[in-house]
Amino acid sequence: MSDPIKIRATLQGEITDIRILLQHPMETGLRKDIATGKLVPVQFIQTFLVSASGKPLIEGQLNTAVSKNPVFAFKARGLKVGDKLLVSWIDSIGDKRTDEALVAAP
Amino acid sequence: MAKPLPTGCSDPLRRHLLRSTGASSALMALAATGILRPGSVIAAEWPRTPFTATSFNDALKAHGSSASSESRDIVFSAPDIAENGAQVVVEITSNIASTQSISVFVEKNRMPLAASFSFANGALPQVRVPLKMGESSRVRTVVKTTDGKLWHAQREIKVTLGGCGG
Repeated sequence: MSDPIKIRATLQGEITDIRILLQHPMETGLRKDIATGKLVPVQFIQTFLVSASGKPLIEGQLNTAVSKNPVFAFKARGLKVGDKLLVSWIDSIGDKRTDEALVAAP
Repeated sequence: MAKPLPTGCSDPLRRHLLRSTGASSALMALAATGILRPGSVIAAEWPRTPFTATSFNDALKAHGSSASSESRDIVFSAPDIAENGAQVVVEITSNIASTQSISVFVEKNRMPLAASFSFANGALPQVRVPLKMGESSRVRTVVKTTDGKLWHAQREIKVTLGGCGG
């Protein structure tokens, strides 16, 4: 079970600030588990999508070189307070997660 | 709870639309018909070739990003020195009209292409992303426009503790 995506979207004038935290280990496959001495298998988010009221805003494609539990910051025009943002990701072993949040007033 | 992600033939279509000129109106029309269900749809394919290329030039070539010119209209903020290569936060803003995507390449990483973002429907061509860097390296960001032009900006980032092996 994947941890929830944390989403914060705040309308600042005409622009909405969007921050998303994808809770994911982003394992490179090169790291050794300290307890066992074995390599931790590779597992990383490959694709994520941010959409607002059903329309895609931002699509991201990632590699193992993105930090663990990455926070992304974006901006978008044309959103209103109360618009629904949906964020989904899928990783290299097929795990996935979708969460939503509403655009908030500042 | 994660919602199930539908699979099927709409994914490549949506990708194509997201990348082509004048995407937003076509997308809205399709979204209205329910053919596209963005939000619950993630493009099925992750472009393996550019992401797994192990040299800077191969990654640029596989991504179709070799023939770029340097641009002053890309604002690329990054630390000159990063103490911890496990989290090097870079922020990229493109002031180039009709920017469609922003990609980030870390020249000396084992697989240089780190991330690629595309923008539509009012999303501003701007992103802040935390990167892992194995060692000090040049980092290049490549901007693609909807009419297929390529621009780049780059920075040298010195890393005092590498972040790829843990």
